[in-house]
Amino acid sequence: MTVSLNSYLLLSAALFLIGVTGVLTRRNALIIFMSIEIMLNAANLALVAFAQSLHSMEGQIIVFFVMTVAAAEVAVGLAIIIGIYRRHETVNVDEINLMKW
Amino acid sequence: MLEQAAFTVFAAGAVLCALIVITRRNLVYSAVFLVACFCCIAGLYALMNAQFLAAAQVIVYAGAVMVLFIFVIMLLRADSTQAGAEVINFQWILGPLFAAALLFQIVGVVKSFSTTAPLGEFSPEAVAAAGNVETVGTVLFTQYIYPFELIAVLLLSAMLGAVVLAKRKI
Repeated sequence: MTVSLNSYLLLSAALFLIGVTGVLTRRNALIIFMSIEIMLNAANLALVAFAQSLHSMEGQIIVFFVMTVAAAEVAVGLAIIIGIYRRHETVNVDEINLMKW
Repeated sequence: MLEQAAFTVFAAGAVLCALIVITRRNLVYSAVFLVACFCCIAGLYALMNAQFLAAAQVIVYAGAVMVLFIFVIMLLRADSTQAGAEVINFQWILGPLFAAALLFQIVGVVKSFSTTAPLGEFSPEAVAAAGNVETVGTVLFTQYIYPFELIAVLLLSAMLGAVVLAKRKI
């Protein structure tokens, strides 16, 4: 590979940290969910980079499963957000604090 | 050289689109730029000789997951321009600060990184001989058949859970 493994790992780290910033900073539940998807994709990128660098196929298979799990998680998470919106009329996570002591 | 140029374009596109996703006030803009980010990542997968994953990324992420997101955004009208919009508080400073510190640490680790692991048997030539999709299929259906069947059960349960959670009356 002409592009070194380190470049892919740095890109994966940058994307992951952009996702972390989104989760920590934004208060809208849907944006937080999108940032989680960015983090998952960054991890997938690192897995495929290692699979290419080590001439293995496990990395790609793991990414296949991670994609499937992420799709299932998005479906269930969005259903939960819809339920929360029906109850509280908001998706601002600062205002969903019924269980806060 | 073409590979290096393509990597730079896709990497810059992915990082830029991700930054736009987390900073927009309008949710639909964020969703659309997330689609662009996923397509850039699909391009990166194709660069890394993972053509099956590139296609799966476009179909699953950009095609299905983001459509779900946009459905829910339109359903809930959850724009940040409503009342209860986000205010600028200390989180806007601490969040990026922590991320920058972590990025600094990861850069330090990755720079001194070198893999000395033994190479597997799926070299690019061996995979190109049979095709990437066929290789992924062979490994998936022989070595990883149990996780494959379990993933099917997981998808079924997720589908049932989503339907039950989103119904008005069970």
